[in-house]
Formats: sequence, C-alpha cells, structure tokens
Amino acid sequence: MQAIAEMTDEQLVGRAQAGDLEAFEALTTRHEQRVYSLALRMLRQQEDAEDVTQQTFLSALENLSGFRGEAGFSTWLLRIATHAALKVIRKRKGLDTVSLEASTEPQGEDGAIPHPDYIADWRESPEELAHRNDVRQLVEEALSQLDEKHRMVFLLRDVEGLSVKETAEALGLSEANTKVRLLRARLQLRERLTRTLGDPQTRITRSHNHS
Amino acid sequence: MLNEYVDGTVDPAVCEEFEKHMAGCNPCQIVVDNIRKTITLYKCGERYELPVSFRRKLHDTLRQRWKETH
Repeated sequence: MQAIAEMTDEQLVGRAQAGDLEAFEALTTRHEQRVYSLALRMLRQQEDAEDVTQQTFLSALENLSGFRGEAGFSTWLLRIATHAALKVIRKRKGLDTVSLEASTEPQGEDGAIPHPDYIADWRESPEELAHRNDVRQLVEEALSQLDEKHRMVFLLRDVEGLSVKETAEALGLSEANTKVRLLRARLQLRERLTRTLGDPQTRITRSHNHS
Repeated sequence: MLNEYVDGTVDPAVCEEFEKHMAGCNPCQIVVDNIRKTITLYKCGERYELPVSFRRKLHDTLRQRWKETH
C-alpha cells in the first residue's frame, strides 16, 4: 500500500472524504505551516494567527464533503484562512458590517503610483539572501510596514502563488483593484529592500522621468 | 502593465511601445529585475513553525471534532 506521506493532496482528500481521519491529519500536517504563516503575516499577532489557523482546519473538516477540487486543496485552505483573517481585521476595526474594500479604501486607489527612487543592482541573488538571518528579518519587517490592504494582496499573489483572479476572489476585490494594490506592494517592497540589498556603486542617480 | 511585465505575461502585440522603452531604459530594467528578485526572495522565504503547544491543541481539537461528526 502507498505510504500516506507519498500521496498527493487529491488522494488524501478522497480518503478523508471517505472517512479516513489519518488522511485528514496528514493534510493538516502538510498545510498547517503555510496557513499559519499566511495568517501570522496578515495579522501580525500570534494569538489571532492561531485562531485563524484552527478555524481554517475546522472549517475544512466540516466542509470537506463540499470540496470538489475546482481549485487545489491548498488554494481552498488559503481562501478559508483569508476569510477568517478578514473577519479578525473587521472586528479590530469595529466595522463588522463594512466590506474590506470600503473599510480600508475610503479614498480609493487613485493616487499616483510612487516613482522608484533607489535604483541599483542587488549584490547577491535572492536564493542566497533568503537564508541569511538578517535578510529574513529585513523581509518580514518590510512586509509588516506595508498597508494591510497591500500586504494581503502581495501575500496571496506573490508569496502563496495564487492567480490575480483567485487573489481578487479571496479578498472580495475587483481584479483591477487587486492589480493596483499588487503593484504598490511590489514597488514599496522593492524600494525598502533595494536600499539595503542594492549595490551603491551601481546606483542610478540621474533623474529618470517618463510616464 | 508593469505587473504583467514582471510576471512575463504581457502580450507582446499590445505593448510594443512599452517593450521598446524597456529595451532602451536601463533604470527600468533594473527596477523590473529588483522587483523579480524581491518576489523570489519572498517566495524562497521560510515559513513559520507552529508553536508546539498550539500544534498539539490544534490536532486534538480536530480529532475531537472528527469523532463528533463522523
């Protein structure tokens, strides 16, 4: 018999749907770090991240029979986690009945996209940088400094690899708005990281303006 | 457009002008390269481990609920 650890998510979901608790536990073990990390980065508060993680897997347990596999199992979980995280955010803001779009976006996304300022080649490859402790701290700090609405889009699209459409659906945003937020998040993170990771000798300082 | 360019999903027929600008604009090329590296850095980043006590509680809760519902 095939070992449970070697089974695909699809196989495990099939078994769990047929009543196999061991298969469901294996799915939980496989995806719990991803869900917890997403929740922690969205909410920046350990207790809230734990609540969201638990709610996500309880909801998955209860709704497993309704999972038809249109999206991958992990995408399904991340959507559930995102909805739970949005609830926490709304509660924090005391705006239980207002949508995220309205609560975070009173002025719209019409402002000009900031122009890149510090432009320089990075000294090292991201693959090398990713394992350095100081860089890990830098990337988490830069992420936590983003506005919530930009951070959530970046996390789902660029960190977790959802499509723009899936990201928009999970957050209840239009695709157009999702793209604008993604661009702002990417540019802001680029700016922050390049100031530290960029090679000053390659910095381009001449004015560079075009539409 | 910049998003699509970074992601490599731009339709070349639609954005000839943009491509032309990019080809001749070193700062833009570096910005795009910086953004791609930024994304890669986050993608390569490690995930957080669940606190041990929370993980135990999570799995206990799930087993309990499973038994109640199955």
